[in-house]
Amino acid sequence: MTIAPACPTPIMQHETVQMAHGAGGRLSQALMQRVFMPHLSNAFLDLLDDQAKLDLPLGRTAFTTDTYVVSPVFFPGGNIGELAVNGTVNDLAVGGARPLYLSAGFVLEEGLLLAELETIVKSMAEAARRAGVMIVTGDTKVVGKGQCDKIFINTSGIGVIREGVNLSCRNLKAGDSIILSGTVGDHGMAIMTSREGLSFHSRITSDCVALNGMIGSILDELPCAIHAMRDPTRGGVAATLNELASSSSVGIEINESTIPVKPDVRGACELLGIDPLHVANEGKLVVAVAADNAREALDLIRSFDPGRDAVIIGSVVDDHPGMVVMRTLYGSRRIIDLPLGEQLPRIC
Amino acid sequence: MRYIDEYRDPELARTLLDEIRRKATRRWTIMEICGGQTHSILRNGLDQLLPGSIELVHGPGCPVCVTPLESIERALAIAAREEVIFTSFGDMLRVPGNAKDLFMVRSAGGDVRIVFSPLDALQIARDNPSKEVVFFAVGFETTAPANAMAVWQAAREGRENFSVLVSQVMVPPAMRAILSSPGNRVQGFLAAGHVCAVMGYEEYEPVAREFHVPIVPTGFEPVDLLAGILNTVELLEEGRAEVVNRYGRVVSREGNPVAREIMAKVFEVIDRPWRGIGLIPDSGLGLREAFARFDAEKKFHVTNICAQESPLCMSGSVLQGMLKPDGCPAFAKECTPEHPLGATMVSSEGACAAYYNYHTIVS
Amino acid sequence: MCLAIPGKLIELTTENGLKMGIIDVNGSKTRACLEYVPDIKAGQYTIVHAGFALKIIDEEEAAESLKLWQELIESGAFQPEEDSPFPEIV
Ligand code: SF4
Repeated sequence: MTIAPACPTPIMQHETVQMAHGAGGRLSQALMQRVFMPHLSNAFLDLLDDQAKLDLPLGRTAFTTDTYVVSPVFFPGGNIGELAVNGTVNDLAVGGARPLYLSAGFVLEEGLLLAELETIVKSMAEAARRAGVMIVTGDTKVVGKGQCDKIFINTSGIGVIREGVNLSCRNLKAGDSIILSGTVGDHGMAIMTSREGLSFHSRITSDCVALNGMIGSILDELPCAIHAMRDPTRGGVAATLNELASSSSVGIEINESTIPVKPDVRGACELLGIDPLHVANEGKLVVAVAADNAREALDLIRSFDPGRDAVIIGSVVDDHPGMVVMRTLYGSRRIIDLPLGEQLPRIC
Repeated sequence: MRYIDEYRDPELARTLLDEIRRKATRRWTIMEICGGQTHSILRNGLDQLLPGSIELVHGPGCPVCVTPLESIERALAIAAREEVIFTSFGDMLRVPGNAKDLFMVRSAGGDVRIVFSPLDALQIARDNPSKEVVFFAVGFETTAPANAMAVWQAAREGRENFSVLVSQVMVPPAMRAILSSPGNRVQGFLAAGHVCAVMGYEEYEPVAREFHVPIVPTGFEPVDLLAGILNTVELLEEGRAEVVNRYGRVVSREGNPVAREIMAKVFEVIDRPWRGIGLIPDSGLGLREAFARFDAEKKFHVTNICAQESPLCMSGSVLQGMLKPDGCPAFAKECTPEHPLGATMVSSEGACAAYYNYHTIVS
Repeated sequence: MCLAIPGKLIELTTENGLKMGIIDVNGSKTRACLEYVPDIKAGQYTIVHAGFALKIIDEEEAAESLKLWQELIESGAFQPEEDSPFPEIV
């Protein structure tokens, strides 16, 4: 009877993320080759250098970073991967930049299904393609079970700012019109209603989308008339308007009757006692535009799919600097304040 | 939205406002008991639209606001325990105890979870048989049937790893306390529509007679509220101390007998302290002896925990309508929604927080 | 106190021996316990609080009171005053 030599070959084909996948050895390489490269491959990334060497077009450079943590990782209308690409693309675009290159850093929880990771990476690749940007460098770390919630992604982005465009949240002027590019609260309520423990059977769909195409056209057409743009993510439209008002030391007045909310989003907000103006969006735009060009800007925004429900929700005023005031359906006025931290479902 | 949008109709609201304006010949002070109504009034700015002769004072009908400090401290103590999953409506997480709130317990490693229904808490108990699952059963009569059902069902299933920390309160004793207080200014009440959905309005009839006040159960939408105010003004003008139901689509005289039955099986009437107000006799609900094994206070031996209110906070006077929130010296100074001193600043429907968020713009 | 929202019962189920149902609130669907509204039928509206249906909405009563108000408006019984405090919505 012969005894087989010791040392069985280690398992290389895993179904889930292992600590070793982040250790820089063979398994790390395998993860790269099996999950990341097939989808993200491009001339920069394929070199597998520690850095991407880029030639940027002339002009001012915009640079941004954001870290994405979302539970659940997969939600109706998207997943964390798409969110991580679109979010950073939008952060560049609202500054007047043409987004060009992204980096992606992953923190993976031990035990994450590789199939799930691949789905996420694939949606990142697709989102990048749609937005016309390249993911040119990246990094992956693995943490022990329970040390993160499945997956965290950081993306940083570089873009080049269009000539002649000067967007800043300090640029609002009395008389400007405020345009909102569509319905509010879709993303936040998609996330909240898909969480376990809230008894929801809804499928509210996130609005997660890249806005650089739409923003590019607006800025091409109206480079000087647009004074500021923001994507109302966390804290919702209420937080964004407050930031704009306080940065520019102006007042903002909006009309309740103009705020578009999808029916199911409204239903869920009513049930949970949450104000849709406080809920996050991932594919919306708040634009401050010179009043004379408001109509033109609105029509332009509406000609794009993510802006089809755009409306003028109000205007910039000299009164009450730093404050956002809403005219209610009944003609009374109330202050739209910054939301206080996390949105909690309430019963009373 | 059916049964909502009809009651948010601006034209109807305007008509009712005009009618209130026409009917009111004197100054009247009306209290809306319910914090949800306060929220709706301020959110829609109805107080700005009413004639100056009608003063609305905001009542103690917010369970978050009146849950006594010692209940909060007990919740914090239980939630911090290793073996416990502490479940609560979202409202209660930010309520400050003496030094902490449930969020801080969570960040220190406590397992604190938000649920939408007490039955969801029971489900967590089913899913985690090795853990003790505790539900923070706060609320007025509206929420009592839901909380009662969770206990009832736990008993039926023999679910021994489930218990409730009860802080249930009731409206009529609080109304009596307000009306009996020497500083009382309230001349008429809007009663809380959803409390009455469960309890009916029969029990308000003796209150109306004894204290000679009109009481009008109504809903939460602007048209409901304005119709309720109009009715109250009419009754006041005519000197009629009656109960008139303005929320007929949801409220009947006897309420919901099925819900009341389970409530009565699980809970019994007890004395309860109200935050800021103090002890009100027969104003609360506690678990009956037969359900004592589901009583988290007993299970975790926290009955001895007592607590002291912030001496600055005047929420007691606010809750009884004797002081407007901005009349409190700490309002918007030491006390803000980020750093609440009293519970009325915590809940978004607490009078202080509602004032802070929606205060009228004086231009 | 007590946020309770009207919704339409679209499906009846049973869970752990309890009568449950799916309630549609403007297109959002939530689960609610129906033990306290034993007579409810699919298609009826109920108000939902903390995951419990508390009362079947009396549709007739609702229609009637709305009709009454509407008639009052139309009959001009309520004449808006000249100095109505109600500013135009712009
Ligand atoms: S403002 Fe703050 S301190 Fe004053 S009564 Fe209200 S909660 Fe208490």
